[in-house]
Amino acid sequence: MAQSDIVGTQRRRFLLGGAVAGAGALLTACTGSGEGSGGGSSQLVGRQEGDNSQPGKNVTIGLSIPSDDHGWMGAIGENAVAQADGFDDVTLEATEGTNDVNRQISQVKTLINKKVDVLAILPFNGESLTSVAEQAMKAGIPVVNIDRVFASKLAYRTWVGGDNYGMGASAANFIADRLDEQGKENPTIVEITGIDNLRLTRERSSGFSEALESRGYTISMSQSAEFTPQSGRSVMGNVLQAQDNIDAVWNHDDNQGVGVLAAIEQAGRTDELFMVGGAGSKEMMQHIKAADGPMAATVLYPPTMSATAINMARLIAQGRDLSDLVERAVPSNVTLHSETVTKDNVDQHLPTSF
Amino acid sequence: MTEQTNVETVGSAESDPGTETGTTNVSSRFARLGGSNRRQILGLLGVLAILVAAGSLTTENFLETANLVLLLSQASIIGVLSVGMTFVIISGGIDLSVGAIIALASVWATTGATQQFGLAGMLFTAVTVACVCGLINGALIAYGGLVSLIVTIAGLAAYRGMATLISGGSPQIVEVDGFGAIATVDVVGVPLLVYIFAATVCLGWLLLNRTTFGRHVFAIGGNAEAARLAGIDVRRVRATVFVLSGLCCAIAAIMLTARTATGASTHGDLYELDAIAAVILGGTLLSGGRGTLIGSILGVVVFTTVNNIFVLNNLSTPIQQIAKGVIIVIAVLLQRRANKEAAG
Repeated sequence: MAQSDIVGTQRRRFLLGGAVAGAGALLTACTGSGEGSGGGSSQLVGRQEGDNSQPGKNVTIGLSIPSDDHGWMGAIGENAVAQADGFDDVTLEATEGTNDVNRQISQVKTLINKKVDVLAILPFNGESLTSVAEQAMKAGIPVVNIDRVFASKLAYRTWVGGDNYGMGASAANFIADRLDEQGKENPTIVEITGIDNLRLTRERSSGFSEALESRGYTISMSQSAEFTPQSGRSVMGNVLQAQDNIDAVWNHDDNQGVGVLAAIEQAGRTDELFMVGGAGSKEMMQHIKAADGPMAATVLYPPTMSATAINMARLIAQGRDLSDLVERAVPSNVTLHSETVTKDNVDQHLPTSF
Repeated sequence: MTEQTNVETVGSAESDPGTETGTTNVSSRFARLGGSNRRQILGLLGVLAILVAAGSLTTENFLETANLVLLLSQASIIGVLSVGMTFVIISGGIDLSVGAIIALASVWATTGATQQFGLAGMLFTAVTVACVCGLINGALIAYGGLVSLIVTIAGLAAYRGMATLISGGSPQIVEVDGFGAIATVDVVGVPLLVYIFAATVCLGWLLLNRTTFGRHVFAIGGNAEAARLAGIDVRRVRATVFVLSGLCCAIAAIMLTARTATGASTHGDLYELDAIAAVILGGTLLSGGRGTLIGSILGVVVFTTVNNIFVLNNLSTPIQQIAKGVIIVIAVLLQRRANKEAAG
């Protein structure tokens, strides 16, 4: 499948990156000891040998994520499975996706009963899965927490996720730059948020409004949709009725963005505004590349984080480290950068879009 | 009137109870139903036996105590809900608001203000909030003369909206010591949750099968007009079953809040459909007047077992959804056959 090719590429890139950085560290180590300047630093460096693509001991990774009822979540599952398939020393125990926290708790408990070596969990909501993740940690099974954060640090060994606040800030900066260029007085800026009762939505919104304010702009209207094309269509339809003139739209999520875009096109108002998306879907990136409508950019929330999490889980279970870091263990927190994808760099990001 | 005496009179049943107009007297009416109930329950036990066999053949872990305990504790929450739902459906109504009531009761019980009063305060709040929701549903249906489908669809929207409003949309963490114990404490190796489930089922069974109120629930579901003429206060019984359903929501909300250590406005999403599916799988007629609590509980256990086997075998959600659909259709087909056989 195309998806696994993409992930394969991604994995090679990750491993290659690791190898290059590892070699770099090795070089530094050589020069470091060659100069013989600091005895302390030479103890820290110079220990990197081999890269993490080399097979280690066989490990079983348990995976539990929400339902793939959304393109992004679907990509999370596919990326994790494809990544695990790429390792000969990894057995993946992936449970079916569910949005019922009661059921997800049972799934995680099942994985604990099966005595997997390490767990990778993207909880439907972090707070509700915290206690079961803590049980896993107490049972000696390290937990790699993907994206939605557990309420307690005791519930996970490592967290890998996106930067929701950063998404809002990146979107705001792109919009402010373009409005500055256009030199508009009091522009109308609309925000279509995602599901209101998720913390990520509030973080994206505060990043957006705070960064906009720092640039001297304010949000004119903010309405919430539900991450679906249908909800995006109906919410944006109403917003277009409410606002006679709109200059810029930030839509939190590219899945609902399909509907938001349809509303704008069907109202015949594509020339009046430009739009920034969120998360980075293939369809939206293709619009950005073709420049065939209001889509000007999208801010990334990479679904490859699950593949990265599988890498981390494997290394933790095998007791290895990230060879390009000086530390002797996998870090406890990896926050991915929310890059802005525009016409200029879209080709670089299309392969990992979902 | 008890189930045991029903069974004895089965042989004399003449007409299809599903289409009977109900002009005969109430007790003889459901006297004819025992046989098909028994067949239904035997059928479900058969299905369960097949599932257990399939589970133990396809996976190593299925028959492990830890897995069976897990299976029961997961079934507990929907199980408690289906007790209330059985009363509602036998009385001829439907309650689509149960998932939303769970959400509202859980977030109200976990607000900072409520948690100040500790464990007792939280339990009291959950029970009060859920029962008031049930009472509002019941009063609108029984005394307002509205259709239960409509009232509870309205409740489904409104109660979840209130839950989102009260919680500000974010899950609220339980800080009170002891509350989480409801989900973590084991007695003789079995979680407290399972005992709560068992106790609810026992009390529900006694109420339904050993009290006048229980007989009245069957009577108004079978034929409300006949029940009214027989001197039953139909409106009061009708309102009461929705309060009972609310009470079951309170218990389920407490269990779910303890299990997740949070109150969240997303709790119980779509649980109404799971509970209704289990009740119907258990042989209760959607049109009312007939059903058993034991059937509903077996229905819940069948669904949870299917789910558990799927998890152990790593099957995907779509396949599980399809299987759930197929199980419901087969169960309803079997029900119709059982009815025809009972009718002679």
